[in-house]
Amino acid sequence: MTALKRLVLPYPLLSLSLVVMWLLLQQSVGLGHILLGSVIAIGAGKAMQALQPEPPRVRNIGAILKLIALVVLDVLRSNIAVATITLSGRRHQPRPAFILMPLELTDHLGLAILSMIVTATPGSAWLEYSPTRNTVLIHVLDLVDEASWVGTVKHNYERLLMEIFQ
Amino acid sequence: MIEAADFPLWAAVLVSILAIAGSLLTLLGCIGMARFTDFYSRIHAPTLGTSFGTIFIVFASMLYFLVSGQRPAVHELLIVAFVLVTTPVTLMLLARAALYRDRTEANGNVPDPVGQDVVVEKEGGA
Repeated sequence: MTALKRLVLPYPLLSLSLVVMWLLLQQSVGLGHILLGSVIAIGAGKAMQALQPEPPRVRNIGAILKLIALVVLDVLRSNIAVATITLSGRRHQPRPAFILMPLELTDHLGLAILSMIVTATPGSAWLEYSPTRNTVLIHVLDLVDEASWVGTVKHNYERLLMEIFQ
Repeated sequence: MIEAADFPLWAAVLVSILAIAGSLLTLLGCIGMARFTDFYSRIHAPTLGTSFGTIFIVFASMLYFLVSGQRPAVHELLIVAFVLVTTPVTLMLLARAALYRDRTEANGNVPDPVGQDVVVEKEGGA
């Protein structure tokens, strides 16, 4: 059973997401599309096997929902903040700064998601990750307090990501 | 499917608000990119367009097609997913190129590289 599973579906979650994506793009749940989508999904799963990524271990589904809600709220808030800075003209000069943030998270998928969150949030950008020191260089558009900024990211996002992946 | 004249007013208003909000955020992102003074500040501005700029426009599209009944409106969400996944890749590529340039030319107060970036993995357990 395990051998068969490894041969046909090495990454079941990836293949399932691909079938769902295929059906969404085709906007149909006809048998033909399900079959064609499955063939592509299985093929892609096998192609992925050649890259030998470590399969994700997801521990905590509740934490994922909490993370999504938190990210949406924070991204909305920083959208407003960056839009305000753009509009405020010369009255309010932003204080851009580099931050070197130490990380405890080591899981590759978790780091990828953290970099997506930091980058998708306007006003902060993930620049350079160092796997040997486990630090990341982040650029912040308008830094008020470095300690509280790092604290927020570590307390909210890194803690949740570690609950999910480690 | 309903014609444009029969499109309910409440939905038309909501679709317009969402589409205009998304476009305004994207426009602000572009203005910010032109107005900010250095590279690292500039890369923040377009994220307005790639985050809620895109999300609002996608919601407007979903609402329009949902109310007019032309098709189920979920596959726009894929646009959001792809934009979210691909933006960091381009951004990191650009930012690291800029960091490299600024370190080699020693311009601006760019922080020095931390540690070794390339990890050489040992083969087997040896």
